[in-house]
Amino acid sequence: MSPSVRLQEMIRVIRSARTQGEERGVIQRECAAIRAQFRQADNGGRSHNLAKLLYVHMLGYPAHFGQMECVRLIASPRYSEKRVGYLGAMMLLDEKQDASLLITNSIKNDLSHSSQYVQSLALCTLACMGSAEMCRDLAPEIDRLLRASNSYIKKKAALCAVHIVRKVPELGELFTPAARSLLSEKNHGQCVTRDTHTYMPDLVQIMKGLVTTGYSPEHNVAGISDPFLQVRILRLLRILGRNNDAASDAMNDLLAQVATNTDSSKTAGSAVLYETVLTVMDIKSESGLRVLAVNILGRFLLNNDRNIRYISMTSLQKIVVTDHNAVQRHRGTIVDCLKDPDASVKRRALELSLALVSAVNIRSMMKELLLFLSSCPPELKAQAACGIFNAAERYAPSQRWHIDTILHVLTTAGGDVRDETVPNLIQLITTASDLHCYTVHKLYRALITDISQQSLVQVACWCIGEYGDLLLRGECDEIEPVQVSEDDVLDALETVLQSHMSSPATRGFALTATMKLSTRITDNVDRIRSIVSIYGSCIDVELQQRAVEYNALFKKYDHMRAAVLERMPVIDKSSPDHSNGESGGGALKEVEPPKLKQGEAVTAQEPANQVHDGDNSQDGHNTLMYSCDNLGSPTLTVYEKNGVTLKLHCHKQSETGLTVTLTASNSSDWDMSSFTLQAAVPKSVQLHMKAPSGDFLPARGTATLTQTVLLNNPNKVGLQWALWIRMSYTSQGSAFQDTMQIDSFPGPACH
Amino acid sequence: MIKAILIFNNHGKPRLSKFYEHYSEDTEQQIIRETFHLVSKRDENVCNFLEGGMLIGGSDNKLIYRHYATLYFVFCVDSSESELGILDLIQVFVETLDKCFENVCELDLIFHVDKVHNILAEMVMGGMVLETNMNEIITQVDAQNKMEKSEVRIFDHENSQSPSYI
Repeated sequence: MSPSVRLQEMIRVIRSARTQGEERGVIQRECAAIRAQFRQADNGGRSHNLAKLLYVHMLGYPAHFGQMECVRLIASPRYSEKRVGYLGAMMLLDEKQDASLLITNSIKNDLSHSSQYVQSLALCTLACMGSAEMCRDLAPEIDRLLRASNSYIKKKAALCAVHIVRKVPELGELFTPAARSLLSEKNHGQCVTRDTHTYMPDLVQIMKGLVTTGYSPEHNVAGISDPFLQVRILRLLRILGRNNDAASDAMNDLLAQVATNTDSSKTAGSAVLYETVLTVMDIKSESGLRVLAVNILGRFLLNNDRNIRYISMTSLQKIVVTDHNAVQRHRGTIVDCLKDPDASVKRRALELSLALVSAVNIRSMMKELLLFLSSCPPELKAQAACGIFNAAERYAPSQRWHIDTILHVLTTAGGDVRDETVPNLIQLITTASDLHCYTVHKLYRALITDISQQSLVQVACWCIGEYGDLLLRGECDEIEPVQVSEDDVLDALETVLQSHMSSPATRGFALTATMKLSTRITDNVDRIRSIVSIYGSCIDVELQQRAVEYNALFKKYDHMRAAVLERMPVIDKSSPDHSNGESGGGALKEVEPPKLKQGEAVTAQEPANQVHDGDNSQDGHNTLMYSCDNLGSPTLTVYEKNGVTLKLHCHKQSETGLTVTLTASNSSDWDMSSFTLQAAVPKSVQLHMKAPSGDFLPARGTATLTQTVLLNNPNKVGLQWALWIRMSYTSQGSAFQDTMQIDSFPGPACH
Repeated sequence: MIKAILIFNNHGKPRLSKFYEHYSEDTEQQIIRETFHLVSKRDENVCNFLEGGMLIGGSDNKLIYRHYATLYFVFCVDSSESELGILDLIQVFVETLDKCFENVCELDLIFHVDKVHNILAEMVMGGMVLETNMNEIITQVDAQNKMEKSEVRIFDHENSQSPSYI
């Protein structure tokens, strides 16, 4: 049975497998058979086995066990086996495999083979998967072949040389003299290589020859004489003439000739024209030529063939920077291409349209772009939204227009905009102070229609919180006002809070907005209070924290509430807090009571959170009295009130650590029980409280309580030893609590 | 430079896959699948150019494809190649196959993958266009096939015990 038929037999069997599992089974059996046959020493059907293996590899099954077989086959004297071996090498081996080194010697031998086809096989494989070492070893051979008389081999050697130069750029010089001689040959195929400046006059010569010869029967593709060569030469001219004035001058005539003579009704002709245009644009050509080029591109734009339209837009993209006005003339066509059903054309049209937006045409362009945004494919939405924002920012004719545009984008494509949009928009709104009323009305309407677009909802909540009074007043110059009651507004905000479409950030916005309204509305403050207290037990930690703080604002700090929640000033765009976008957060931080830590048990070395380093030390007041006790190191009385005296005694322990002993005594007439001390330190300091000696303070100072506190500042940051103490005790049946701050410790020993 | 040449049918089964840059086997299969997804979504009357998929270089590379009856011919190229030129190259490739196989159809490609590879090797080498003249290509391919056949006959005479191969 013929082995070649066996290959086809195997293919037939694989194709007849009805399920994936069956196919896998067949292939596994075949692979096993192939592996067994490879292990046999000499086998006539080796090449066919490898061919089968390559088919299996193409289908995606592992075939690495064939690598050594490739090496063996390449070394075989038979052409058919060499052929399959080289094919296998190209498909299975690559520069990372060790086996590829083994074939270097075989390739070397084959490069000197008498048959040109064997040589060509070797060249082909080297060009496909030659590693840097292989290239270095075999470069002299390639050079020799470049000078060979056989044009077939020369062509292949030339391409192989290109690959080598790509892999190992230093070897480029080795090949230059050979390349020079190649160019003077007439064979077109060889000109498909790179080279240096001196060959330019030769090239121009060849090009002229090609153009003027007209119909050349050998290399004819649909009536244009060898378009591939023309294209290559044009590209070469482009590289040469890019920064070179002299070269560009010489090329001008030629390019003009090519541009006018080439027939663009066929694809091949269009290809040549397209390359010509690109070359004209790249080199320093004269203006007449550039105008010609742009006109050609304009003609392409109106072509029915979509391919041509696509590439013309690609090239217009490249020249819109330099020749802006010329491209503007075709703006209408480009904008029409936005509506083309082809996604690739749409993408190009979008990029080009965004580049063409200018102060003059902003309004009309924006209309088109917004229309496009509502119907564009999803992968282009983000890019379109971003481009629209940039354009709007640069060329907005008025603030109201700008705000309108951004709102429109948010309603249509809110999910695809970037995160900075929200704070940017908020900043924009605050600056447009006369438009606050208009903005808040518009946003309220958008909010009650749809709460799924997170960015829009966030901005709307912020605005309603900030300008809620304007909304409730019910009058507006610029837009039909909405007649709402306070309940409606609170309902809207509560819907946002409770909806599961809202992200945690959005809910944060809504909660803060609700809180802000408490100073702007008169009747429903209780409702706000209840909303806020409900969220005090919310699972989301961020919301819970906010709610608790707002609750505190209602209870303890009610006198500050109006001041804290008043209208925000205009945000400066460059300030660092700007990116936060949150309003009252900054103001609230100051009045936040520091979070205290339980000091009873021996705790781990967790630094206390929340307390800011520098801030609170400024408003601490010192009621320090120095007194020296018997031990010689100073003691400080830090607290004296209601009969409770707290003394602080510090010893220095190490470079970064400090030990402090707190002594409490009771000079009142009543006993104090459940006396506890809690301490808090700045973030940079670590706190460790030892167990107190007790918790009962008898009256009239008969006994004292002591507790040792270890402070550690590993960073030695300014040696800030600020310490907050909170004491709580029960006396006469009622609970007492007090807080004090100590921010400098006495005695030279402590510093 | 041409990064890859893929031929697959309307259901995504690969009929020829030639990569001119190294990818692991898994990546190669993924590229084939991804390319099939991108190309099969295209309408009939849209342009033949696509941005490359993520695996094969993203937006630097372009997919230039042509759809003939049941087969997609896809060339993945980088920005140094002319798109229209490659489109023509695909046309030349298909015409050459037609000449070599006498009215080529998908089955020919399936059962003679190695021959298709040999033809392709005469046209594109190392990712670069080698020869574009159809007749020239066919001449070379015929000469090589003749050489292979003559060799087999010679060896056949020597090893009279082994089964005949043709």
